[in-house]
Amino acid sequence: MVNTVDDIQTASKRIDTAPVLTVNGLSVYYHTSRGAVKAVENVSFDIRAHERLGLVGESGSGKSTIALALLRMIKPPGRIETGEVILDGTDLVRLSEEQMRSMRLNKIALVAQGAMNSLNPVVKIKPQLIDGMKDHDIGLNDKQMDARVYELLDSVGLRKDVADMYPHELSGGMKQRVCIAIAISLRPKLIIADEPTSALDVVVQRQVMDTLLKVQEDLGASILLIGHDMGLMAQVADRVGIMYAGEFAEVSQSADLFSDPLHPYSQLLINSLPSIEHKGTLKGIPGLPPSLLDRPSGCAFRQRCPFAFDRCEAEEPPLREIRPNRLVSCHLY
Amino acid sequence: MTKLMEIRHASKIFGQKTITGKQKQSTVALNDFTMTVQEAPPTITAVVGESGSGKTTLVRLLLGLTSPTSGEVLYRGTDIRKLSKDAQIQFLRDVQTIMQDPYEVYNPFYKVDHVLKVPIEKFKLAKSPAEAQTLMEESLSAVGLRPDDTLGRHPHQLSGGQRQRIMVARALLIRPRLIIADEPVSMVDASLRATILESLRKLHDDFGISMLYITHDLTTAYQISRNIIVLYRGDVAEVGDVDLVVRQPLHPYTQLLIESIPVIDLSQTWKKEKLDDESQSVASVPSQGCRFANRCPHVMDICRQQAPPLYRTDEGRAVSCFLYKENPVLGNRGLDEVLEATQGTVASAAD
Repeated sequence: MVNTVDDIQTASKRIDTAPVLTVNGLSVYYHTSRGAVKAVENVSFDIRAHERLGLVGESGSGKSTIALALLRMIKPPGRIETGEVILDGTDLVRLSEEQMRSMRLNKIALVAQGAMNSLNPVVKIKPQLIDGMKDHDIGLNDKQMDARVYELLDSVGLRKDVADMYPHELSGGMKQRVCIAIAISLRPKLIIADEPTSALDVVVQRQVMDTLLKVQEDLGASILLIGHDMGLMAQVADRVGIMYAGEFAEVSQSADLFSDPLHPYSQLLINSLPSIEHKGTLKGIPGLPPSLLDRPSGCAFRQRCPFAFDRCEAEEPPLREIRPNRLVSCHLY
Repeated sequence: MTKLMEIRHASKIFGQKTITGKQKQSTVALNDFTMTVQEAPPTITAVVGESGSGKTTLVRLLLGLTSPTSGEVLYRGTDIRKLSKDAQIQFLRDVQTIMQDPYEVYNPFYKVDHVLKVPIEKFKLAKSPAEAQTLMEESLSAVGLRPDDTLGRHPHQLSGGQRQRIMVARALLIRPRLIIADEPVSMVDASLRATILESLRKLHDDFGISMLYITHDLTTAYQISRNIIVLYRGDVAEVGDVDLVVRQPLHPYTQLLIESIPVIDLSQTWKKEKLDDESQSVASVPSQGCRFANRCPHVMDICRQQAPPLYRTDEGRAVSCFLYKENPVLGNRGLDEVLEATQGTVASAAD
């Protein structure tokens, strides 16, 4: 939410700090009987301390696969083929299953898409909040644990008595806040929020988002926000990565990206958004994303790109920094 | 103007009965709703509201999938529950629906041709297989699909956007008078959303089909509709010309909805003011008075005592809020007065 000079300064401060997470050359394939589906192909990025990085893309662009890969939660037939995921100096890809288990929630936590449906319907909220803390053995006695539960509920704007309620007694937004409370219970360095509000109404979406950003600031954590709502990204993220067919098309500061998108896909995507400001013809992007089973040569977007030329077919454009803080993978630049 | 469909003072109340048959509490899903869909001129009316606002109940009432607790739903002047067999077939033809989920409407074992062929057979739209084929190809082309790439495929071979456009093509094929589109783009990717909305608008423009566009997304409602009805917990909060309602909302609920939309224009940020917090008021729907009272920043004593009627603030708009009580109360023709007025204004503006 960049609205004053101060905010702009804090936003750029967030961006200039050292990375908390560095991803290098990550590839994730799903092995099917028809061959390997290359869901994420050679992706590199980093998230700096306190930063809010957004990942947007259509379904099948690989954004949720990245989230699961960072948590090492890709299930067969999916597999992390190559790459490293360095969180706070540790390469998560190399950890044993047991070591990874202790990292989850502790260092890296997930607020999932339908998280509100992931609460156990027959267990009250308090035990569900305590569960993770107990498993990670943070050494609190029962009384301290209770106090911690109330503290967590308070930090997400819920009343104390929610602790003794069942999930069905809460609204969707309140359940999502409980899930945020669980995610921050061990003060992780990185919160991955995979479409945390896509099942909620706009008003509730805004309240839940405000809560998430507040706890992120309180903790000093970084956030990886995944979604397809460009408006939400513009309002929330410091930097946004636009994904197409398992790769980044563009990674830019959100203020730059939304005012002046550089990659043709970013441009078309932003132009296709209906506006509440003025009416006009609605322009979709013609064509479909390529099959990830059989990637075309060269640029993945070239078949839908209005500016495609021969070089786009011959060679794949690398993701390059063409202006400060603006990475674009396109031969036009 | 012939009245295609009418809803008269319809309420739908869901009573929760316990296992022992005792009446526990009841939920008013839709409260005393009156509205007419004219056959001509064709209009696009959006019905907007969050979950629990009654928009899906309205769809189910119009399609005859549920009957009102009180009030009537009429098709060409007859209660849709009492239609003759012929009139019923006509009704099934005249009123088509496009549902939210483009995955669940298909039977995965059939090719997609099936959803197009069945209506052609049932309504005897074609005299020969060749004519049926032409009809299918025409309607697919009309929504921007290439028949060669679409026909003969199974649903899983197509994307969500393609499947949803086939549903639009199916609705077109039948040449209905009214299409009820219940969240047609909420499960479709952004880049395809625009394409589907554009094909819906084309159906309206080129074939004169009226549309009820049911959604929670004010942005798309603003783009394609002429009128808008904002529902809150079963009551109409604000109704009228979409340009008035969206650009200068009057009801505090509409204002809250519009403020909450995240926009990509960074000069307009979410205000950081403290929002009304749904979690602080679990019992948020008051049993009497205005249903929005507990969340309303402008709440007055009167709001908690009686429910506000619809005040006609403009020629083409009415608002159900005591803040506007100096305006005349809407007459007993209800929403129709306002909806017809907006048609008038648009028509004269076009002249």
